Amino acid sequence: MSATAKSLTLHLGLLAVLLALQFVLPAYHHGNLARIMVLASYAVGYNILFGYTGLLSLGHALFFAAGMYGMGLTIQHAGFTPAPALIVGILAGAVVAAGLALLALRTTGVAFLIVTLMFAQAGYLTILYFGEYTRGDEGFVIQAFDRMLWGIDLSNPENRYFAAWGLFAVCLLICLRLVRAPFGKTLVAIRENEERVRMLGYNTFAHKLGAMVISGTISAAAGAFYGLLFGYAGASFASVQYSIFPLLWVLLGGAGTVLGPFVGTLFMFYLIDLSSGITTAYLLIVGLALVLLTLFAPQGLTGELRRRVWRWLP
Amino acid sequence: MELGPYILLASLEGAVTAAVLALTAVGLSLVFGVMRVVNIAHGEFFMLGAVIAWFVAQTVGGHPALGFVAALVIAPLVVGGIAAAADMTILKRLDYDPERTIVATIGLLYIIQQLTLMTYGPEARPVEAPFNQRLALPWFEWGEEGFEFYFPWGLSTTTYKLAVIVAAGVVLVGVWLMMARTRIGLLMRATQADRDMALAFGIPVERVYALVFGIGAALAALAAVLIVPIQQAHYLMGADPLLLSFIVVIIGGLGSLPGTVVAAIFIGLSDGIISVFFSPTLAKILATLLVGLVLVFRPQGLFGTRSS
Repeated sequence: MSATAKSLTLHLGLLAVLLALQFVLPAYHHGNLARIMVLASYAVGYNILFGYTGLLSLGHALFFAAGMYGMGLTIQHAGFTPAPALIVGILAGAVVAAGLALLALRTTGVAFLIVTLMFAQAGYLTILYFGEYTRGDEGFVIQAFDRMLWGIDLSNPENRYFAAWGLFAVCLLICLRLVRAPFGKTLVAIRENEERVRMLGYNTFAHKLGAMVISGTISAAAGAFYGLLFGYAGASFASVQYSIFPLLWVLLGGAGTVLGPFVGTLFMFYLIDLSSGITTAYLLIVGLALVLLTLFAPQGLTGELRRRVWRWLP
Repeated sequence: MELGPYILLASLEGAVTAAVLALTAVGLSLVFGVMRVVNIAHGEFFMLGAVIAWFVAQTVGGHPALGFVAALVIAPLVVGGIAAAADMTILKRLDYDPERTIVATIGLLYIIQQLTLMTYGPEARPVEAPFNQRLALPWFEWGEEGFEFYFPWGLSTTTYKLAVIVAAGVVLVGVWLMMARTRIGLLMRATQADRDMALAFGIPVERVYALVFGIGAALAALAAVLIVPIQQAHYLMGADPLLLSFIVVIIGGLGSLPGTVVAAIFIGLSDGIISVFFSPTLAKILATLLVGLVLVFRPQGLFGTRSS
């Protein structure tokens, strides 16, 4: 079997399993998995910039929140129905990502990281500042009757699972297609040696800009779906923590692998879920995981798998 | 109160912020300058300083001054030790790779913060100031009957706040003397200028790094001990100093100590004054945007000069 066929089988197989799990899982894990798939879509978006292009951003919560609030505020204040609201959310993410990219891509390395962090922080504070509309930290609930997409009630757990699965499938396939396309290969080349890629005549700025917009748009889509499926939008989703989470998930699962974001999100979600039975200080686990990962497994779970067993893993 | 005394009051409060901020930011700047490491856990070292000060003050008992002086010595030492240990066990093994150390210090941030939550708890607790007399301040004015001199209501400060400003100034001069006049300062500057060359000349670069990381954290802890009689010790108190120190260090020019101090005074005072007239959230939005734009368009900082 060729590498392409193998990877297609693996990824489509995973999607099929996830779809089938819907009918067997008990209610609690069923709900968890829906949440994990939406968050994993966010991580897939993050991975395109961090894992494939090699740009470490600490500002992705800005895109996630742009999607969430672009969707939530139009439903709440402009009386939109979910379909156009989702589109507004995703477009908002794309515009914000393009704007931030034009500024932040003028810098490199640590400066890029701090610039993205600062703008995301400014975005978070702006949400707090306009608390009259956004209700700040408290957030607002999107009522069940506002969550009817083409007559499908998204507050119903089964429909919610299907919607989350659909989003994840689309994001995963986009990522898979992207990294096999010349555009994605160029991104990897930029990650490895930007100077050389420029010397070969590629416009590296345009490629990085494209990567950041795609990454931001996917993150925004995840944010918009998260708000719609779980019926809540709050400022905490725009805080630094939500920029650090996708970094953690991607690092854990394996940066620069298509499956990594999902593996990392699944693993971390259940790690926190299990540990919250023992202590309320679940962020301790997050901290320990970050330190141990950077020390001992910078490749992450899927990365190690690729290094040792499946060399063809995209 | 009229506008004049009001601004004076705001700048006095701002000066206290600026003094503490300068200490914290110089610690961050020192670490970045010498080690090229962005320490995201810096705010947590600040928080640890305040929390340890509370523990020390509780154990010592007796006159508040006794506990405070003990805290002033013990807290920076303990925090510096913890930081040096973290440097040797974690950062050294990452070979000071900029991006990986950032991820590791984010991890460190959560570990320190949550361990404090588990041991110290979620309460905010005060430490009593060693002395705290209220000083009413006079205001001068040219009125209708010539020169006037009166004490406006509400225009006051405390001896402790003035002492904080003086103490911060003394410590900053001490740091400058250490960097400029001592052998260890020379080693630090040599390491900053060229790590490999320093290593070739037999400078124990790894020990210098551990020391610098420890001193940086100790400065943050010292600043926290000074501020804890005014603010209370809380396990989440590290976020604001971290953000403000970042702002200061970037506007002052990354790694430049004089620039950091100038920027700390500028940011501290303007934060005090802007917060009086506008919403503090708006002030923070403007400050974070300013930092982002400074990094994009003037990476050497507003006061720095472009280095090669």
